[in-house]
Amino acid sequence: MKFNLRLKIGITILAIFVLASFLLPFLNHVDPTKQGSFFKNLRPSLEHLLGTNSQGQDIFWFLIYSIRNSLILGVSVSIATTLIATLVGLSAGYIGGWYDRLMMILTDSVISIPSFPILIVLGALVRGNTSFMIVGIILAIFGWAWGARTIRSMALSIREREFINTARFSGSNRLEVIFNEVFPYVYAYIVVGFINSILFVINTEAALAVIGLSKVEIPTLGSIIFWALNYNALFTGQYLWVIAPVVATVLLFLGLFLTSTGYNQMFATRRGHA
Amino acid sequence: MNLIQYILTRVGAYFVILFIGITVTFFLPRLMPSDPIEGYINQIQTQAGQTMDPEAITKLRQSLRELYGLEGSLASQYVNYLKKVLLKFDFGPSLSGFPKPVSEYILQALPWTAGLLGISIVFSWLIGNLIGLLAGFFHNTRWATVLEVVGVVLYPIPYYILALVLILLFAYVWPLFPLSTTIRPGPISLEKIRMIIYNSFLPALTLVLAGFGWNVLGMKALSFANKEEGYVKFARLKGVPPRTVMFQYVAKNSFLPQITALALSIGGIFNGALLTEILFSYPGLGLRMRTAVGNGDFNMLYGTVTISIIAVATAALIIDLLYPLFDPRIRYQ
Repeated sequence: MKFNLRLKIGITILAIFVLASFLLPFLNHVDPTKQGSFFKNLRPSLEHLLGTNSQGQDIFWFLIYSIRNSLILGVSVSIATTLIATLVGLSAGYIGGWYDRLMMILTDSVISIPSFPILIVLGALVRGNTSFMIVGIILAIFGWAWGARTIRSMALSIREREFINTARFSGSNRLEVIFNEVFPYVYAYIVVGFINSILFVINTEAALAVIGLSKVEIPTLGSIIFWALNYNALFTGQYLWVIAPVVATVLLFLGLFLTSTGYNQMFATRRGHA
Repeated sequence: MNLIQYILTRVGAYFVILFIGITVTFFLPRLMPSDPIEGYINQIQTQAGQTMDPEAITKLRQSLRELYGLEGSLASQYVNYLKKVLLKFDFGPSLSGFPKPVSEYILQALPWTAGLLGISIVFSWLIGNLIGLLAGFFHNTRWATVLEVVGVVLYPIPYYILALVLILLFAYVWPLFPLSTTIRPGPISLEKIRMIIYNSFLPALTLVLAGFGWNVLGMKALSFANKEEGYVKFARLKGVPPRTVMFQYVAKNSFLPQITALALSIGGIFNGALLTEILFSYPGLGLRMRTAVGNGDFNMLYGTVTISIIAVATAALIIDLLYPLFDPRIRYQ
């Protein structure tokens, strides 16, 4: 397996983010969300790498916990969306007929109905008593459709190939054909879809959090910005409080994007066509 | 598939999506465990200090339920809702701006969102695709690589980050533009148009930049692939000048998939526009939605959401119906 440049850069960025956000918290003994743990508005130093904010929180540790929570949310919701997308896509593409048509109407509706307004309604309805889990479930409802569409069109094109018929005539049943013959072919697309889904989930949660409609008490890449804006970080000159999560988000998303497109490229060259 | 069939299929899909979208906005709040009316009554009671007698509360509850269209069975509520929304464009009165109807607020906000979105989509699509075309056509030059790197870096950056960076750079550090939108009401004058452009510049730039990477990368891949096709090689060997090859041969075929892609992604762009409006306090649908959430104004919330679904579906429909104008294969069959 030869990694291309995109994949190398992407995986390096992701590895740094995952390792830092999951291992570093073992070194920290102060809850980063607790206000007044330190003196206010300290400049960056060895003790506080990014300084402290006007609420006496250490910005560096707050950021590390935010990245970790965003990653946990992104990966766990994406496992769910990828499972749904794979099941819907494979079954629709392989079974075909009215089932396929029904599933595609559903998929196209989820894709073309703008999700953000509906997420705002849900945010308003469950506001206050929402848990982080419910935010995840809501995101999963909107996250599966693009993947299902791609996997379905792949399954559709494979269905008519020779080896599928060979497997069928050798006595495999539908489930066996789907999992033993079709699945290995679409597996690369599933991986790409999984990484794209992580990007979608982290982005959507953060977007909701920035305008205060997620569970903002839990530090995520969005809620850290929400609190910074809420306490007027820009007016009071605490630029690092905003710049740090902005830079972290851009790097993380770049890492995810490079990994997904790089992986896609690698498999395209292995298959011999794009 | 001939033209009439194409149009009929597309219009059919449009109504299915509208139907599903409006149905979802109807059932969603009714499936939720929390009841906005009880919440509102509790709020009034705490403000009044528990001096309301039970009879008044029952009456209040009754009239609120009527106002929200919550009387009768679920089926009759649903039919009434469809009738009111689709035939009369009626979402009931706004609760925070009682008794002004929600539809009036929406009509005020809609031109702002439509204008902001329309202008930035056109700019971002045209500029992005032109640059993508150049980068794909001259793919082995150094600046094509530079453009691709710019596209790759811009592509995954979310709307709210772009908005924040622009606010930070051009409203704080180098205060060229206003922090949030303030446009005085009044008749349209040259001065007012200037104010609108001045206030809309940063939100529009956010949307243009967000769509930029996506358009550049998509177009670059397409024009690079088309450039290797036989008919392009033939034209080149025949001695057709490079500029004609690029615009008449490569561009024409590469633009088509980008039109389809635009129709598919319009929902995502719309989501980004709502968020951008909220962050810039731009007086469009997005800001209306956010303030409606803050005020517990549920009629306003459902009205704006329903209009969003209709608007996005209609925009995608229009793009798809214009498609035959660009694609001779559908037009002449």
